[in-house]
Amino acid sequence: MAAHTLSFDPDDRYNAFLTTCSRAEYGTGPLQGIAVAVKDNISTAGIETTCASKILKGYIPPYDAHVVGLLKAAGAAVAGKTNMDEFGMGTTTENSAFGPTLNPCDTRRVPGGSSGGSAAAIAGGMVKMALGTDTGGSIRCPAAFCGITGLKPTYGRVSRFGLIAYSNSLEQIGPMGRTVRDVSTLMGIIAGHDRRDSTSQDRPFSHTLNADITGLKIGIPGEYFGPGVDPEVASVVRKAIGRLEELGATTVPCSIPSMQYALAAYYVTCTSEASSNLARFDGVRYGPAPDTKKPWHEAFREVRREGFGPEVRRRIMLGTFALSSGYYGKYYAKAQVARQNVRTDFTRIFSDVDVIAGPTMPSIAFTLGEKSDPLSMYLADILTVPANLAGIPAISVPCGKVRGMPVGLQIMGKHFEDERVMDVAFAYEQAVA
Amino acid sequence: MVTEHEVQHIAELADVGINKEELGTFTHQFNAILDYFDILDLVKGEQAPKDALVNVMREDETEPPLTQDEVLRNAPATEDGFIKAPRVM
Repeated sequence: MAAHTLSFDPDDRYNAFLTTCSRAEYGTGPLQGIAVAVKDNISTAGIETTCASKILKGYIPPYDAHVVGLLKAAGAAVAGKTNMDEFGMGTTTENSAFGPTLNPCDTRRVPGGSSGGSAAAIAGGMVKMALGTDTGGSIRCPAAFCGITGLKPTYGRVSRFGLIAYSNSLEQIGPMGRTVRDVSTLMGIIAGHDRRDSTSQDRPFSHTLNADITGLKIGIPGEYFGPGVDPEVASVVRKAIGRLEELGATTVPCSIPSMQYALAAYYVTCTSEASSNLARFDGVRYGPAPDTKKPWHEAFREVRREGFGPEVRRRIMLGTFALSSGYYGKYYAKAQVARQNVRTDFTRIFSDVDVIAGPTMPSIAFTLGEKSDPLSMYLADILTVPANLAGIPAISVPCGKVRGMPVGLQIMGKHFEDERVMDVAFAYEQAVA
Repeated sequence: MVTEHEVQHIAELADVGINKEELGTFTHQFNAILDYFDILDLVKGEQAPKDALVNVMREDETEPPLTQDEVLRNAPATEDGFIKAPRVM
């Protein structure tokens, strides 16, 4: 298979990569010889995979994630592993144990997160396409902040086998690229059934992009233009939606009442799942060795205090708390009811419209260090988490600038209509090209 | 409102060590976040419906595993083909 090698030695001035493969092997296929970057929470056989955490420093996976196998079979060259917020926990890529990634559009600003390295590698011209993962916006946020395109696929459409789990019920691996066409090409490679992921659906992606959106009905949720959204960002996105109307689409106002508690439901769910998933990191099978002379708990606590950054420990503790007896009913059980309400809201709206559009993020990229308080960082995810809670596809496509920084237009669609959200993004991209 | 004592207890349950210097900050942040989570009190109903859920587990059949060498390769401490762990008792 590995018939050729690609020399990949970029000037990584943005700290986009944690590992680069200076001689990346590749075979034949539709992505022959194309350098593809892979987020560092996706397992790559023989290539260090750390989730940007000290606790996995030096970990070399013995197997490839399903998507990495598919990339290789398509002839792609796995060019390197990209920086991220530790275990995907963050909105800025500042929570990496190996230093923040910088936004190529303005190096005083963050690239967004948690797939900030993948976005910066594309925006900085180092690769054409990359894989990211999206648990609550981690593909779409950095795509918006860096001025590239990224898709969070329908839940179940892309195998999570070999993705180092953070929040299984929410996260999806997805494609990122400079153009909608690149994203569509990459989605065609990675989507499809995999028996090693029990939530995987048999819905391959074989799509020819179509920019004709005549007759398309777009829902515009008031909540996406309400308080907390930068008015300049809202105005740029409204203008972009106006462009879609010029192309033959119609818009109707709609409302997602469950948005009022969607973010809380999201954080309760993801921290609960994280508290369970991250229990495996104790330094025994991989990672730094615990002191085997010390008692079990004491040894593990030392390894985990040294190995996990503060945000990871905070989320593990929040999840442990939300699941603990006495609090389970108040937090976890309520969050699951709230999540069901989010799904119901989307189902109701989609009985009347084809897609829903709004801003991807409520603001432009933050300056480095701006979001030092955890809660204020969580609040920035308000417009992206609903798609994860509902499991629907959502894309972010660049739609203009505010104060010199890119703004993302978010298009959300019905389950398994990834093709349609991509067509709408394509129509917009072609119209403004 | 959770106290420093409770946060310390949760840290112990979760096996994440926290330093004395961190405890105050963590407790403060914890309370701000839990205050925000109180919005979930608005949600009506105690339990999400489970009727749409189906079991997706495969049959428990053995498949070719990783080799012993592959399994041990990332372990920081091994002995005679075993992984060394801290003492339990």
